[in-house]
Amino acid sequence: MLELRSVGMHFGAVEALVDVDLELRAGEVLGLMGDNGAGKSTLLKIVAGNFAPTSGRVLWDDAEVDLSPLSARELGIEAVYQDLALCDNLSAAANVFLGRELSRTLFGVLPVLDHAAMRRKSAELFAELGSDTRADDLVRQMSGGQRQAVAIARARLSSPRLMLLDEPTAAISVRQIAEVLELIRSLKEQGVGILLISHRMSDVFAVADRILVLRRGRKVADKATADSSPEEVTALITGAIEAA
Amino acid sequence: MLTVAALAGGMSLVSEPFASADNLFNVSRNFAFIGLIALGQTAVIATGGIDLSVGSVMGLAGIVTGLVLGSGQPLALAAAAGLGCALLCGLVNGALVGYLRLSPFVVTLGMLSIARSLALVISNNRMIHDFGPDEDLVLALGGGRFLGLANPVWLLLVAALSAAAWFRYSRLARYVLAVGGNEVSTRLAGVPVARVKLMVYVLSSLLAGASAILMIGWLGAVTNALGQGYELRVIASAVIGGANLMGGEGGAFGAVAGAALIELIRNSLLLLGVDPYWQGAFVGGSIIVAILVERGRRGRQTAG
Repeated sequence: MLELRSVGMHFGAVEALVDVDLELRAGEVLGLMGDNGAGKSTLLKIVAGNFAPTSGRVLWDDAEVDLSPLSARELGIEAVYQDLALCDNLSAAANVFLGRELSRTLFGVLPVLDHAAMRRKSAELFAELGSDTRADDLVRQMSGGQRQAVAIARARLSSPRLMLLDEPTAAISVRQIAEVLELIRSLKEQGVGILLISHRMSDVFAVADRILVLRRGRKVADKATADSSPEEVTALITGAIEAA
Repeated sequence: MLTVAALAGGMSLVSEPFASADNLFNVSRNFAFIGLIALGQTAVIATGGIDLSVGSVMGLAGIVTGLVLGSGQPLALAAAAGLGCALLCGLVNGALVGYLRLSPFVVTLGMLSIARSLALVISNNRMIHDFGPDEDLVLALGGGRFLGLANPVWLLLVAALSAAAWFRYSRLARYVLAVGGNEVSTRLAGVPVARVKLMVYVLSSLLAGASAILMIGWLGAVTNALGQGYELRVIASAVIGGANLMGGEGGAFGAVAGAALIELIRNSLLLLGVDPYWQGAFVGGSIIVAILVERGRRGRQTAG
């Protein structure tokens, strides 16, 4: 489904990514691991279309693509960011629909926002996620778990084929972590591909089919979760093991 | 809103001339010019920006409109020329802030200087009071009344109602608030942030231009000093009306209420016989009180 071929990215003299290959199939969960500054977020932003890589190629369904945030969305790629990328001053429903608001036409000509439909659809999404988030609440007033639900509801809105999850379990309680992991499994069963960035080794080993490790912008491992161990991955991240 | 009502109520008790039809007519007309521009300013501030150039854009649009009228052209053409100049100023502001991501403060400070200077150049520092064949029409538009209210007040009423509907129901206004709330996330959501910013600066300039055209009709003449210092009263109106300078908040009725409050304070001081030199202190003080009240409200919200 998604393939990166020797993708590189530099910001001025800083090499954020060097020669990275990656492949991700439908219904597969790929855990992306690495220390801070290893290039995980840069890689994710390339796939989300926020950065254009400075070298290499991005393929989607075996065809080369030039991704922008909008075209990535149209292809079915949805990202949930680490900082959750929500507008604190808007309601949950407004955040879920940000950038693709539902509208209806008044008197056949005047397009107006359809608040009722957005509220209803958001409430459905929150119910599906088993979250107690209310559509009308301002994000400013929400807990970490509720914010996560808003971000994931937003990503699910378009029934994506690939979801990019950046530290989805970083800011929430243990009970909610179990919920998010369950959600990842159910997305996988529906054939959604998932690129999961996480610092939490146990979460990655719980849901990922394969693990890809980055160190200082280079890929040092890409192997099936079953063939690896948390100890090996830790050593790869820190550089105690050069590559595997 | 409540503050405005309270002040108006109090004043009508202590000062007999306050509640007179003439005085209220004047007060409402005076804040209509400011209120109109404050609507645009509120949208700009809601994106986290600021438009310091509105007073100068008024001056430029007023001079251009006056000159075109004076050369014998009809009002429609003159107004189009004035609004065209305002549109250009807004496009320049918006393009620099939106697409080149320059600081709104600096860009519009530059435009404040440029537009005022252009007004001087074009008018050659003359006062223009010959408005050509359409003079009566211009004077009626800005200075006339309809059903007991000054024409600019009617226009403000229509504009405020439209703006309120716009804030609630338009996609663009939703994006305006989103940009002010979290610009990065709004961009990540695929919203054309630069275009949103361009639009609010254009809107702000156009309303300044429209206000200038009304104002020259009321004054019956135009000098290049038209609108000088108005940017501060406009920004004060927006802020008193609840627009948050950090972005993400603001509404149409707040802007109008803010403009009304400032004018009421000025008018009350005048009627109470307070030395007019004190006006600035009272208006300035009310701005600071307004943000203190806002801070208090927000503090409670976060704590709860």
